Amino acid sequence: MKTKTMASYGMLIALAFILSYIESIIPIPVPIPGIKIGLANLVVIIALFMMGPKQAFVLSMVRIVLVGFTFGSLSTMMFSLAGGILSWLLMVTARKWKGFSMTGVSILGGIGHNTGQILVAMWVVNNSILIYYLPFLLISGLVTGAAIGMTGAAITTNIKKTDFMKG
Amino acid sequence: MIKKNDLILTGIILIIALAAILFMTLTREEGGVVVVTVDGEVYKTLPLDEDTTLLIGDEQGDYNVLKIEDGEAAMTEANCPDKICVMHRSIHYDHESIICLPHKVAVEIQNGEESNVDIITN
Repeated sequence: MKTKTMASYGMLIALAFILSYIESIIPIPVPIPGIKIGLANLVVIIALFMMGPKQAFVLSMVRIVLVGFTFGSLSTMMFSLAGGILSWLLMVTARKWKGFSMTGVSILGGIGHNTGQILVAMWVVNNSILIYYLPFLLISGLVTGAAIGMTGAAITTNIKKTDFMKG
Repeated sequence: MIKKNDLILTGIILIIALAAILFMTLTREEGGVVVVTVDGEVYKTLPLDEDTTLLIGDEQGDYNVLKIEDGEAAMTEANCPDKICVMHRSIHYDHESIICLPHKVAVEIQNGEESNVDIITN
């Protein structure tokens, strides 16, 4: 691993970690299991567009494990892992297809995150009644995903002006 | 910049989600019983028209307090970390639920006639 890559990973993981912390202290007004703002996804999606799918995956997984051990528990980590993996899969597929901008990719990421969490939740509480929350989670994933995507696009444009991550 | 496909995607998701919510709202009926399940197993079934307070606890000290009052069920107290169940508004329509993920507790409203067909068992 090149020194620059290593430094980039370190910085981005730290950034994602801080965003997860900020998210954990913001109270969510809607009491729906599985609902998330997904601030840390900002870092993951920027990594996906500027570095690649593999790097985005590593970042996302390292962040989830770190956050799980620091602020959460084994069970919250399990929810995040399911959400993180499904979200990554949808985002990579959408990016490969090239039909979406960063906003569209991020919307799919947000929806993937929420859906993944609710699926694990159904399995954990052993009850299919949770499926009734899915429409609300789709809308929340859409809104947060779009906001993250547009922010990410603005940040990416500015990063590209500097020579960070080149060479 | 936003592409046309982003907007199409947004439209499709909104239509699906709103149609589902509309359908759920229009077809909902008043429920008759409150079914409490812990880890998928029925813990207790209570009538919705009788005021009661139920303590759902386990050996590890985890607990949730369910209160049925004026035909509505609500979680009034719990020692779970996220308190999502306590913040949840009270429920009374068929298929509505309050979930406490950390304690694997699900409180759901059923119409009282059908058996527990909704419950997945291992």
